[in-house]
Amino acid sequence: MKAEDIINRINLIEKKAPLNGCLLPHNKTKFTPSGPKHNSTSNSFISSVKPDCSKLKGLEVSSVPYVDKHAEELRGEDIPLHVAFFTFLSYGVLLLVGYIKEFFSPPSSKERHREDYVPLFVGFESFYFRNVYRPISDCFCRPICGVPGERMTVLERTSHNNNWDHVLTGRKIDSINVGSYNYLGFAEKTGPCHDAAARAISSLGVAVASARTEMGTLEIHHELEALTAEFVGTEDAITFGMGFATNALNLPSLMGPGCLVLSDECNHASLILGLRLSGATVKVFRHNDCNDLERRIRRAIIDGHPRTRRPWKKVFIIVEGIYSMEGSICNLPRLIEIKKKYKAYLYVDEAHSIGALGPRGRGVVDYHNCDPKDVDILMGTFTKSFAAAGGYIAGSKALIQHLRMSSDAQHYASAMAPAVAQQIITSMSIIMGKDGTDEGQRRLRALKRNIAYFRKHMENRGFLLFGDPDSPVMPLLGLPKGPLSFLVRELSNRGVASVGVGFPATKITGARMRFCLSAGHDKQSLDEVLKHLNELGDVLCCKYNKHKGRADLQIEW
Amino acid sequence: MPKMWNVYESFQALLEAGPYHLAFEGFLLVWVIWLLVAAKSRPRPIKLTKKEEEQLLAEWTPEPLLSSAPDPEHPALNTRTVKGKLGHYVDLGSGPLLNLASHDYLRFSEHEGIETAALECLHQYGVGSCGPRGFYGTTEVHLALEQRLAEFFQCESCVLYSYGFSTMASAIPAYAKSGDVIFADEAVSFCIQRGLQASRSRIVYFRHNDSGHLQQLLEQQAIIDSKNPKKANATRRFLVVEGLYMNTGNICRLPELVELRHKYKLRLFIDESCAFGTLGPHGRGALDHFNIPMSEVDLIMGSLEYGGGSTGGFAAGTSFVVEHQRLNGLGYVFSASLPPLLAAAAKQMLEILEAEAKDLVPTLQHRASQLHSGLAVALPAKMCVSGSVISPIKHVAFKPSSGLTVKQQESALHRIVQEVEQRGVAVVVASLLRSKEVCPPPPSIRLVVNVRLTDAEITTAITAVADACAAVIEAEAL
Ligand SMILES: Cc1ncc(COP(=O)(O)O)c(C=O)c1O
Repeated sequence: MKAEDIINRINLIEKKAPLNGCLLPHNKTKFTPSGPKHNSTSNSFISSVKPDCSKLKGLEVSSVPYVDKHAEELRGEDIPLHVAFFTFLSYGVLLLVGYIKEFFSPPSSKERHREDYVPLFVGFESFYFRNVYRPISDCFCRPICGVPGERMTVLERTSHNNNWDHVLTGRKIDSINVGSYNYLGFAEKTGPCHDAAARAISSLGVAVASARTEMGTLEIHHELEALTAEFVGTEDAITFGMGFATNALNLPSLMGPGCLVLSDECNHASLILGLRLSGATVKVFRHNDCNDLERRIRRAIIDGHPRTRRPWKKVFIIVEGIYSMEGSICNLPRLIEIKKKYKAYLYVDEAHSIGALGPRGRGVVDYHNCDPKDVDILMGTFTKSFAAAGGYIAGSKALIQHLRMSSDAQHYASAMAPAVAQQIITSMSIIMGKDGTDEGQRRLRALKRNIAYFRKHMENRGFLLFGDPDSPVMPLLGLPKGPLSFLVRELSNRGVASVGVGFPATKITGARMRFCLSAGHDKQSLDEVLKHLNELGDVLCCKYNKHKGRADLQIEW
Repeated sequence: MPKMWNVYESFQALLEAGPYHLAFEGFLLVWVIWLLVAAKSRPRPIKLTKKEEEQLLAEWTPEPLLSSAPDPEHPALNTRTVKGKLGHYVDLGSGPLLNLASHDYLRFSEHEGIETAALECLHQYGVGSCGPRGFYGTTEVHLALEQRLAEFFQCESCVLYSYGFSTMASAIPAYAKSGDVIFADEAVSFCIQRGLQASRSRIVYFRHNDSGHLQQLLEQQAIIDSKNPKKANATRRFLVVEGLYMNTGNICRLPELVELRHKYKLRLFIDESCAFGTLGPHGRGALDHFNIPMSEVDLIMGSLEYGGGSTGGFAAGTSFVVEHQRLNGLGYVFSASLPPLLAAAAKQMLEILEAEAKDLVPTLQHRASQLHSGLAVALPAKMCVSGSVISPIKHVAFKPSSGLTVKQQESALHRIVQEVEQRGVAVVVASLLRSKEVCPPPPSIRLVVNVRLTDAEITTAITAVADACAAVIEAEAL
C-alpha cells in the first residue's frame, strides 16, 4: 500500500482534509509529546494500519493531536459485516436448538428438599448457562499447577457427561502462557521477591486476623503505603487486600446521591458495583470517547439533576488506564483538560496499567507524562504487574485520611497478609531501581519489546488486533463462539495457554481472544505462539486485517 | 334559506337532546379548549445560547471532593501499629501485651504446621495468581481447598473467594435480585449489609435474635402475597442470619429459624464467619452446634480470616446452588484468585481443625465462659458484658441506663482501652462506621478469647479490664 493511501485513510477517519506534504520527512512538524499515542488510542483502524506506517520512517501526522474516534463506529467497520451476521445467526441457532431441546426433554436438574419454592434462578440465566456456556465451559477455569509465569503447567481435563463435570486426566501440558496478567514477569518461585515473601511469613505470620483500624496495622503496611505513594507520585496512599473491593467499597465513601458520575462504557464490574452502592447518578459515555464525554458532561452540568433540577453536588469522571478487554489506553491529557474545564473530579483505575505502562512503569500517568496531582483519585491493583494481590488508592493527604476514616474495608475487612505486602514492596522496589540494579528497567524494556514484536507480527500476518499499540493486552476480535472455542482448545493442545472471552462478558459480536504479554517471554516462545496462531488463523479464515503486510517483512526483535 | 334552516334544525336538536348528551358535548368542548391552552403553556425545551451555557458552566461550583477536613483526632487516623507479629502477645511499642483483640480464636495464624504449608506452597507457586479463576487463576491448591471445605461442611460444593468481606457481599446478590424480599437480622455484620444493598431486593430487618418478630413480619408478607399471588409466585424470599454475631457476640437461634424457613418457604443463608472453628463439636459452626443437617440451609458463607488464620472466604452448599456463583458472584468472577499460599494455609488449617476440634472447641468455649463470668462479676455497675457465654466474642459496653451519649461512651471506651493497655492487655473498641450501619450497636470494647489463654492470663485480662473501667469512670466522673 502506498503511503499517501494510508494517510488519506487516516484522514478519512479523522474526517479531515488530506494533509499534503506531511509525508515528506523534511516537511515534518514537531510531534507533541503525546501526539502519536493518541492517534491510536482505542483507534483500532489506525492501529491496524500501523505496521505499514512503521515502514515509513519519519512519517508523522501532527495536525491531529488528540483523536477520539467513536470506537464503536470504527469497530463496526472493522469486523466484516458477514462475520457479525454469522455471529448473531450462530447465537440464534444455538438458542433455538436449546429451546427445542428443552421443550422435548426439560432439564432434569431439580432442587432437592425445596419443593414448591420459587425457583432460585431466573429462567433465561440458567437456560443460557445450560445451552451456551456449558458446552464450552472447558475453555475456562483451566487449572494449573505451579507458577503462572511465562511458561506454566496446565492440567488437562476431560468430561464424561457433556461438560457438566470436569475431571483431571493427570496429563500435564507444559504451555506458553499468554493468558495471565503477569506483565513484568514477577510471578516467580525463586529470586528476591520469593525470598522476601518467605521471610515475611516466618517473621510476621501467614495472615492478620484483625481490621486495619483495630489491631491489624503492622509496620509492613505503613512501609507498603509509603512506597506506593512514592511510586505513583502522590502525597499518600492507602492499601486494601483485594483490588475488586478497593473499587466496590471506596466509591461509596467518595460520592453519593446528588453526585453525577460519567463512567466509561467498558468500565470494570468492580467500578460499576461501587457506583451502584454509592447511589450516585451514573451516565455512561462511549468507550474512550472524550468528545462524547465532554458533550455529556456539559449537558449534564447545564441541566442539573434530572429529577430535582438542583445543580450537581460533585461530578466525577471514572476511567481505566488500560481496559482489560479492549486493550485501549485512556487519553489522560484530554481527560485532565476536560476535568479542569468542567471542575470535575477524575478517578483513574490503573489495575492493568500500573507497572506495565510508562518509561518508569508508573502507569498511565507516567506514559502520558502527566502530573499525578492532576488526577484526584488514582486507584490500582497489585494483582497484575506485581504478581501479588490487593489494591491501592493514592492521592492527596486529605483524601487518604478521609478514606482511612470512612472506608468500609478499613473498618471491617482484615488487613493484607504480610507475604503479599512483602511481595509488592520487593517487586515495586525493583521496578523503581531501589535494589541497586537495573532489573526493573530491563523488565520494562523487555515488555515493551515483546509487545511491539508480537503486535507487528500478528498484524503483518493479517490478524486484526484491537487496542493501543503500546498495550500489553491484545484482543483479537471477529471470532464467533464456535471458532473461538476451537482456537482456545487447539492452542492449548499445542501448548499455548490463551484466553477467549465472549458474551455476556462482551457484546454478542465482541467475542475475542485475548493475549497478555509478559516481560518474561522470549523470542522463541513468541515465535512459537505466532506460528500456531498463523496456522490456525488460516484454518479459521479469521485474518480480517485488510492491510496485510508482506510475508517476508523483517521485524526486528 | 337552507343554511338558516340548518342552524335552526341544529338548535332544535340540541334542545331535544338529553342532559347526558349535553353534558358529554360540554365536556368535549372543555377538553378541546384545555388541550389547546395546555399545549401552549407546556414548557418548550429551552434552547440556551452558547453564552448562557458558558455562564451556567462558569457559575456551577462543585462541592469540594471531601465534605470536611479530616479530623486528626479521629481514632481511625490514630490506630496503633503492631511491631513484629500479631501473636499471642503483641508489641505496640511499649513491650508485650496480651492480645485480646485479633480474631484468631484458635491461634492458627501462628501455627507452625500452617506456616510450613504456606512456605511450601510459596516455593512452588510464588505469591500472586496473576489472574481471575476463569483465566488460569485456578490452581490445584484452590481446587483442593474447595473440595476440603465442601467435605468439611458436608456439602456438595464450595466456591472460594479471595477476600472475606467480598464473600458475603457477592454471594447474596448472586441470588437475590430486585423484586425479591430478604429478611435479615438487624445485627448482621456490615459485609452482609453491603450484600443486601447490592441485591436491590426489598430488605426487611427483624429485631436481633427475635424470631417472634420475624414471624410477625413473615405474616405481614404472607398477607401481601395473598393479595397478589401472581407476584408472590415470582418473589423469592430469603432469610439471612449469622451463626455467631460479630456485632453482639450472640449465637443465633437457628432451630426456630429453620422452622420458620419450612413454614414460610424461605431460603436460609447463614454466615458462619465467627462461628467457624468456635461452635459445634466439629467446629463447623452454628449448624453443627444445634446439630442441624446441612440440607436445612441453602447456603453457608464464611470468612477464613477469623478462626481460619488465612485470608479469603467461601460459600458452600449443594452444587445446584453454589455453582451458580462461578458465573454470577461478582467478587468471584471479576477478581484475581486467592494467592495460592494462603489457600494452602487454609487447607492445612482444615486438616488441623478436623483432627483437633474435639479439644480445641471445648477449650475455647471454656475459656470464653471463664472470661464472661469473671467480667460479669468484676465490671463496675455502669457497664456490662454481652454476648453468649460460650462465644469467644465479648462486648463490654455501658449499660443503657448509664445515660451517656454515644460520643461520651466512645471517648470513655477509648480511654479505657489505653488504661487496659497500661495493665498489660491489648484490646480494641469495635470499629464501626456508625453513619453507614443500618442499626448500629452501642459502642463497645470487643474482647476476643483465644484457645491458648491460660487461667492466669484470663485473670489478668479480667482484672485489667475491670480496673481500667473503674478507673476511667471515676476519673471522668461518669
Ligand atoms: C480495571 C480493574 N479494576 C479492578 C480489578 C480487580 O482487581 P483484583 O483482581 O485485584 O481484585 C480488575 C481485575 O480484573 C480490573 O481489571
